[in-house]
Amino acid sequence: MTWSEMQPLLEQACWDTLYMVGWSALIAVAVGLPLGILLVLTDRGGLLQNTIVNKVIGQVVNIGRSMPFIILMVALMGFTRSIVGTSIGRDAAIVPLAISAIPFFARLVETAVREVDHGLVEAVQSMGGNTWTVVRKVLVPESLPSLISSATTTVVALIGYSAITGTVGAGGLGDLAVRYGYQRFETELMWITVGVLAVVISIIQFAGDYAARGLHRRGGRSGAAPRLKFLRAKAAPAATATAGSTGPVAPDAEPDRDREPVKVS
Amino acid sequence: MITTSGLTKVYRSRGREVTAIDGVDLHVREGEVYGVIGQSGAGKSSLIRCVNLLERPTSGTVTVDGQDLTALAGRGPRAGRELRAARNRIGMVFQHFNLLSSRTVQANIELPLEILGLSGKERSRKALELLDLVGLADKAKAYPAQLSGGQKQRVGIARALAGEPKVLLSDEATSALDPETTRSILQLLRDLNQQLGLTVLLITHEMEVVKTVCDSAALMERGRIIESGTVTELLGTPGSQLAAALFPVSGDATGIDRTVVDVTFHGEAATQPVISQLSRTYNIDISILGAAMDTVAGKQVGRMRIELPGRFEENVVPIGFLREQGLQVDVADAPAATLVKEGAK
Repeated sequence: MTWSEMQPLLEQACWDTLYMVGWSALIAVAVGLPLGILLVLTDRGGLLQNTIVNKVIGQVVNIGRSMPFIILMVALMGFTRSIVGTSIGRDAAIVPLAISAIPFFARLVETAVREVDHGLVEAVQSMGGNTWTVVRKVLVPESLPSLISSATTTVVALIGYSAITGTVGAGGLGDLAVRYGYQRFETELMWITVGVLAVVISIIQFAGDYAARGLHRRGGRSGAAPRLKFLRAKAAPAATATAGSTGPVAPDAEPDRDREPVKVS
Repeated sequence: MITTSGLTKVYRSRGREVTAIDGVDLHVREGEVYGVIGQSGAGKSSLIRCVNLLERPTSGTVTVDGQDLTALAGRGPRAGRELRAARNRIGMVFQHFNLLSSRTVQANIELPLEILGLSGKERSRKALELLDLVGLADKAKAYPAQLSGGQKQRVGIARALAGEPKVLLSDEATSALDPETTRSILQLLRDLNQQLGLTVLLITHEMEVVKTVCDSAALMERGRIIESGTVTELLGTPGSQLAAALFPVSGDATGIDRTVVDVTFHGEAATQPVISQLSRTYNIDISILGAAMDTVAGKQVGRMRIELPGRFEENVVPIGFLREQGLQVDVADAPAATLVKEGAK
């Protein structure tokens, strides 16, 4: 296979991957962020303490998190068809991708938001702020660097998942590597795909880290506590980056799952 | 200004009940600095949190500036509109400052104004004014992480004042600061108290804080107020633990035939040089074993432990002289204490 043959394939695959990952990440953030915050607020001692809601959301998130992606995708086919109109192709792949990423991101959000010092919440309450003020002025802005790191982790994990969507004809880089590289013994193309994936993941990771660090800098110039937080925020995506680069070949998020603090309520 | 009556807070966890506050009646007058002192776990923090209802009291009422906050709170765990409006008029400063690290100093002070719904222009004018008041006009654009502890607390105070409160609650505001900074922050609180007529309720575990700024004080132990009153009143109370802690004196008799006497100076009487008068009148040598004295507004306030030659029986007359001067005299030794009563007869 020559480069001129490979190039259009790679280009198309790249765009397919970014398309699927981009939309599903957007949906995951839009839904996962409020869900994660709700998990914190409804927890015991939270501002909207509500054991039933907390347990229900927690359980749904747990099931969503532990479901192997390929099974989720197949199981959701009917649902996908009712939304997109088809269960095949890259638009169809967005639905299961987003649904699997929502609980993943929600848990990361929960962890990030939980780290916000309760004293800040108390301070805003003492000024007469309501729950919405607390969320808007404290919880989200104060955990923003961690939230950005979490989003980066989610996007990288989504690139891993997107390889599997090749099985429903969604295309993408993972699909390219399997169909051409493995099934047609185009080893060269496979390695190029791996290389492209590595570059894509690196860029995303770098951009995410850069944004998170930029936000942290203003808070972390002195004092031990913010610096420690900074290290944590940095360590998290770094662990995922290594997991992510092996992702397309063995695309499960096991390392992330191990790293995430167990918080089954 | 702040009145609590029968305030009780019980924490329940896993079937166990812990009574943090046990029927506290507190009365803080308008324009005074009131200190609640106690060890960790005495319930001070719970108490101050109950005043603006960050903690819901289990029973009892809290009235601030004539408004019954406990009635505003309603039954649910969330703060209703009226309670939030009332909180906006009660400033609070915290031990760990609780400034938002993602906002500049100015934006931190603007936060309560945002909650009040002021316009952007109004907010920044007010914030800069407050920064000027606490002496940090040049730090408006800095982030909290770039400030020292004392500066952070000044920002915290400025933020607490943004809602133009009549009452300031201070939750161990100086406990995370070094002695020098503590003094400057206390001085600031004192100034604000005098300039703005601000009523300050502060809790602390440092006697020094009470001694430096408080008009009145209360001692808290195991959820109860053991003693309370103005500093002068406390000094005038025989056996007051707070007075003893505020003005500690120590020292033992140097021989058997000596009498050790604690003299407490307070009120009008404490303007005379009584010790030298005593010495001259009765021609006795007095040694001072220990003293903790301050002169406030030309009056001596404090306690002194002196030693008189001879046993108690021989010193009934000089002690009587001290009492005549309006001083409070306690004979230190336990066996002698019974003799004091006989002498009084």
